[in-house]
Amino acid sequence: MIKKPKMTGAEAVIECLYKENIEVIFGYPGGAVLPLYDELYDSNIKHILVRHEQCAAHAADGYARATGRTGVCIATSGPGATNLVTGIANAYMDSVPLVAFTGQVPTSMIGNDAFQEVNITGITLPITKHNYLVKDARTLPMTLKEAFHIASTGRPGPVLIDLPKDIQTEKIGFEYPQKVKLDSYRPTYGGHPLQIKRAAESIMRAEQPIIYAGGGVVISGAHNELRTLTELILAPVVTTLMGKGTFPETHPLSLGMLGMHGAKYANYAMTESDLIIAIGARFDDRVTGKVGSFAPNAKVIHIDIDPAEISKNIEVSIPIVGDAKAILKELIKVLRQKRESKWNEKIKAWKKEFPLQYGRSDKEIKPQYVIEQICKLYGDAIITTEVGQNQMWAAQYFKSTEPRRFISSGGLGTMGYGFPAAIGAKVGCPDKLVFDIAGDGSFQMTSQELATAISNDIPVKVAILNNGFLGMVRQWQELFYDKRYSATRLDANPDFVKLAEAYGTLGIEVTRPGRVKSAIEEAVNSDKPVVIDFKVAPEENVFPMVPAGAAINEIIG
Amino acid sequence: MKHTLSVLVKNRPGVLARVSGLFSRRGYNIDSLSVGLTHNPDISRMTIVVAGDDHVVEQVVKQLNKLIDVIKILDIREDESVNRELALIKVEVDSGTRSEIMQIAAIFRARIVDVGARTLVIEVTGDSHKIDAMEQLLKRFGIKEMVRAGKVSILRGTKGIE
Repeated sequence: MIKKPKMTGAEAVIECLYKENIEVIFGYPGGAVLPLYDELYDSNIKHILVRHEQCAAHAADGYARATGRTGVCIATSGPGATNLVTGIANAYMDSVPLVAFTGQVPTSMIGNDAFQEVNITGITLPITKHNYLVKDARTLPMTLKEAFHIASTGRPGPVLIDLPKDIQTEKIGFEYPQKVKLDSYRPTYGGHPLQIKRAAESIMRAEQPIIYAGGGVVISGAHNELRTLTELILAPVVTTLMGKGTFPETHPLSLGMLGMHGAKYANYAMTESDLIIAIGARFDDRVTGKVGSFAPNAKVIHIDIDPAEISKNIEVSIPIVGDAKAILKELIKVLRQKRESKWNEKIKAWKKEFPLQYGRSDKEIKPQYVIEQICKLYGDAIITTEVGQNQMWAAQYFKSTEPRRFISSGGLGTMGYGFPAAIGAKVGCPDKLVFDIAGDGSFQMTSQELATAISNDIPVKVAILNNGFLGMVRQWQELFYDKRYSATRLDANPDFVKLAEAYGTLGIEVTRPGRVKSAIEEAVNSDKPVVIDFKVAPEENVFPMVPAGAAINEIIG
Repeated sequence: MKHTLSVLVKNRPGVLARVSGLFSRRGYNIDSLSVGLTHNPDISRMTIVVAGDDHVVEQVVKQLNKLIDVIKILDIREDESVNRELALIKVEVDSGTRSEIMQIAAIFRARIVDVGARTLVIEVTGDSHKIDAMEQLLKRFGIKEMVRAGKVSILRGTKGIE
């Protein structure tokens, strides 16, 4: 028998990370992770020091979404761990594979309210796919093996591993397991053949079918199959925010995003459809609006890897549990080419009658115009967004053509996500241009990461749509609260150009529409991180819009 | 409608918190819960009584199945299963009431498990109706304390959780 090499728990963690081919970690050190950081010091794993732990989680999340690989972040115990919480919750809501390591006080002190002690496994119970408190160093290799397996398979999600300090220094015999032994966790991948057959029959019979694609298509890598399916049955495609890029938005059958700020034609088509083919989407309330009036005449085929999503919000007639790509492959085999129908004509007419549009101006900068210009000039860039108006305009006016190129906080709606996510995406895809489309409010939540971007030479570009407001909240106050702008005016914004300069990089202020294009080009041509401060029309609204509680075809603006 | 769920889980620290936490955060109510080891010491079995219509219970089961430590779940029907609850009831007694209480206990096939100068502790086992009835009868003598264990259930015959 080969003798297992002896090593410390911290060494074992690094060794496991090598075995999992982890090349980069986002983190922030502290007392309880000192042994781990000491091992990182001369490891081959690149560590990116963020300036706030929340951004370690967001950057790892952005890295994971851009590359399809598992993101890894580290924080110390106590406040380090609690600062990760928003980032972990964000990854959980959007099914992002993430492994988070936290330091913990030594096992002998757990439960004593020790300095920087917090029960992080308890705190993250509802926002992780699974979590571990390691109490025996010998279980480390299996724990890490399981954690990476759980995070990245089935419906992906974050897994947290809490590492007490003494576990990191204890000596163990190391052997990385080949396989996990998880008899209680076996995700279903292949769809049920009978259900696929039933789905195919319904699709062939349907007169007004619609494809509704979500983030599951991105995760599964089923975008090519989605396109084949679409062109076979000539059904229009709507996507969720998470599903942007799964189907080219330049394609004649694309209706873009649906829901609260979706295009009118997307919502009309959904409402009047007789068959919804839902793929890796979860009928979120931003998509369905008033559930009782949602697509009243439609039968629903729901393809999803998570059985708990079936009939959660909307009654499903043909559920197919499994991997979207595997299922679509089988489905395509049993379908025949359909012809264009009256339904296609109807949709074309809606597109013509109710286009996505805004009031153009040559005097003030319209935020939508900025996004259109970025899209026109650099359509193959990776776009990350913050949350609010900037996010919705980006979703409406940036025409995504590829998956993993539009990265946004969908489920949790985390302001401050876009900038650290852009950093993570750029680290994962260094050859890609990465733009964070930001608001002046959101950017200030994580702007300290300019230091991270500069010190690690991560030249992401930030386009701030600066309207001096918390724009989306202000929009709701304008429409539903008699313009009583309670706490939404940001009247002490910093000079963003000087802020960028203070960090040692380039800032560009843009005040007139004529300068938008050249400013974007100037930012892209710089090899540094750049902040562009677009002074946009302050009270521009995101339209169209479904008011809260209304049906999605009761869309205004 | 009440459903009785039999849940096999890994016998690991924190598993109870994972299960009960899921109920509270998804807004489901637990009516009763009991947990203990099975014949396999690596596996515990929970019996959870949950109120809700079939849709709610279906969601509960699906969400529970997502927990990594949950191995298997069975929605147990009353008419296919044996169901038991247990209660310990401490009743006030004096020389005038002692024998009557002991007679009631005998009728219910309950056992006197502690005899004090002014109290008796009665152990009663059965379905919840039986325990409710026993409690009602003993009320007039003065119940000083009462503790009920959650329901445990097992399927009749060869069917069951493997």
